[in-house]
Formats: sequence, C-alpha cells, structure tokens
Amino acid sequence: MGIEKILGDNIILTQLNKIVNWARKYSFFLYPFITACCGMEFMSVAGPRYDLDRFGAALPRFSPRQADLMMVVGTISHKQAPILVKVYNQMAEPKWVLSYGVCACSGGFYNNYATVQGIDTLIPVDIYIPGCPPRPEMVLDGLIKLQKKVAEERFSDWPKGASPVAGV
Amino acid sequence: MSEDGVTIKRLRDKFPDSIIESHSFRGDDTVIIKKEDIVEVCRFLRDEKGLAYNFMMDLTVVDYLNIREEPRFEVVYHLYSLEHNHRVRIKAPVSESDCSIDSIISLWIGANWFEREAYDMYGIIFKGHPDIRRILLYKEFKGHPLRKDYPVQGRQPLIGPKN
Repeated sequence: MGIEKILGDNIILTQLNKIVNWARKYSFFLYPFITACCGMEFMSVAGPRYDLDRFGAALPRFSPRQADLMMVVGTISHKQAPILVKVYNQMAEPKWVLSYGVCACSGGFYNNYATVQGIDTLIPVDIYIPGCPPRPEMVLDGLIKLQKKVAEERFSDWPKGASPVAGV
Repeated sequence: MSEDGVTIKRLRDKFPDSIIESHSFRGDDTVIIKKEDIVEVCRFLRDEKGLAYNFMMDLTVVDYLNIREEPRFEVVYHLYSLEHNHRVRIKAPVSESDCSIDSIISLWIGANWFEREAYDMYGIIFKGHPDIRRILLYKEFKGHPLRKDYPVQGRQPLIGPKN
C-alpha cells in the first residue's frame, strides 16, 4: 500500500508526536516526593514483586531537574506545601503529577489545622490514586491510565508553566 | 482506689506542702503538685535512692477549658525508673493568666523537644528553656492548635487556598 510498499520493511512511517509520546510514556523518570506511610507501599510497588520497571517507570531521580513524573506519596502538611510547589516548579517540562494515596488526593481523614486538603489546591494533578494506602495494582492501573493520557497529548499542550499558586 | 505506692509516701514525707492531691490506681501512682516545686520534686524523684526515676518518658499538657475553672491547664510528666521498674505521673496545674512553668531540662536534657512541643501546641512557656520556639508548626502560625478554644476549622496555610 502506498509509499510503505516502495520503502520495504526497513522503514516505518508514523507521526512525530505519536512516536515522541510513545517514547515519553514508556520512560517516566520519577521524582518520589514521599512524606508519609504510603512510602512503604511505594517501595513495594517499585520493588521486584510488582515492579514498576515493567511499565518503564523504574528509575527514581532524586533531582527534580532530571525527573518528569512527580509522585506525591503521602500527607502534605501546610509546612510542607511551599516545598512541594517549589519542587514542582523546578521540574523541566513536560511533567506530570501523580497523587498517590487519599491524603495527597484530598487530605484523607486529616481535616485539621495541619494538613493540605488535596495537593490539587497547589499544583495540577494528572492522576489520582486513592486508598489508604492504595494497593499496588491500583498504582499500576493509575500508571497505565497516565500512559494513555500521555499518548494522546499534543506538542501544543506544552509548556504549561509554573504552578498557579503564587508565593514561592 | 488501692493503697498509696512507695513513691507517694516518700513524696508526702519530703514535700508535705507541695502536694495538692495524689492517688494510686492498680499500681499507677499520680501526684498533683504545685508548679513552683516541679524542679525540686523531679530532682528528688531522680536522685533519691529507692526511687531513681532516671527516665522522663513523656511530657504533655491537658486543657480543661469548660471542664473546670482555673487553673485551666495541667502539665503532665511521666517518669520511669529503669532500675526499679516503677512509674509515676506528676501533674502540675498551670493557670491561663500565668501560663508558665519551670523547665526540667536541667534534670533530663531529653525534655527539650517535649517542652517545645508543649509550647507549640498549648502555649505554655517553660522558664529556663534555652530555645523555646515552635518545633512542629511554622513560625508564621498564630495561636496554639491543641487549645480547646482554637477554632476547629482554623486554617493558616503558608501557600495556596484556605480550603
């Protein structure tokens, strides 16, 4: 059919943004922003039993400059909030945020003077994974959903700029 | 109410004027003392042979707002003797108007962060503490959140909405 027949089996034609998105979705570099007990479940899901590496999201980078997927794992307190926003703003685009656990999603059962009621009041969130803590299967499901989301992105979606919350 | 333990007897002999009240329940001794004597009582409990309360396990505060009239607060000390496997609870009432008590850092250096936490959450000033400032909350925070008159919905975020 068409030009592919002329070129033979050695060449595949595709759209640039599709192949770029394909590369991005299978090579997430995590920034694990771990503040609480969900971190234990994160270790489980990152370890060999559930193995995030199967989905191309194996390598945590402990510098936000080198990461493109921020995993906010655990309760965010008001004291911690400026640090979270600062780290988010330090990440190079494109970047995604995965809210891991019910505390990060909504504050969970901590409705008090100390706790941020959901990190989406501070930074844009792509995927919410509720649970206290979420099962590893839920995390993997969230990651797959994020991959689907990334696959449908366009170049014009980026850059999205700094967090809308000012003050850092 | 069982018979008074050895700790209460020794304290009553040594500090008859300091003790407001005491009770002993199933081996748990509790002594309520005047706050002016807290350091001397604790020193006696730590250094006296036969008592040797060498471990300060916990220091906390109770707010009795709307439960009783003054004194509003009570600072609670839990001491433990590793030598004798004894425990004692010392309580010192603190009024709202004079919201302070002497620090016991000179006896147990580990009390430092406990006293800072008690100050952070209840606003009790520990006189003689070398560095009495907030330990858990941020310095911009106004008020003391575990006081019963702190509003339940009181939110003071550093950044972002008050949700």
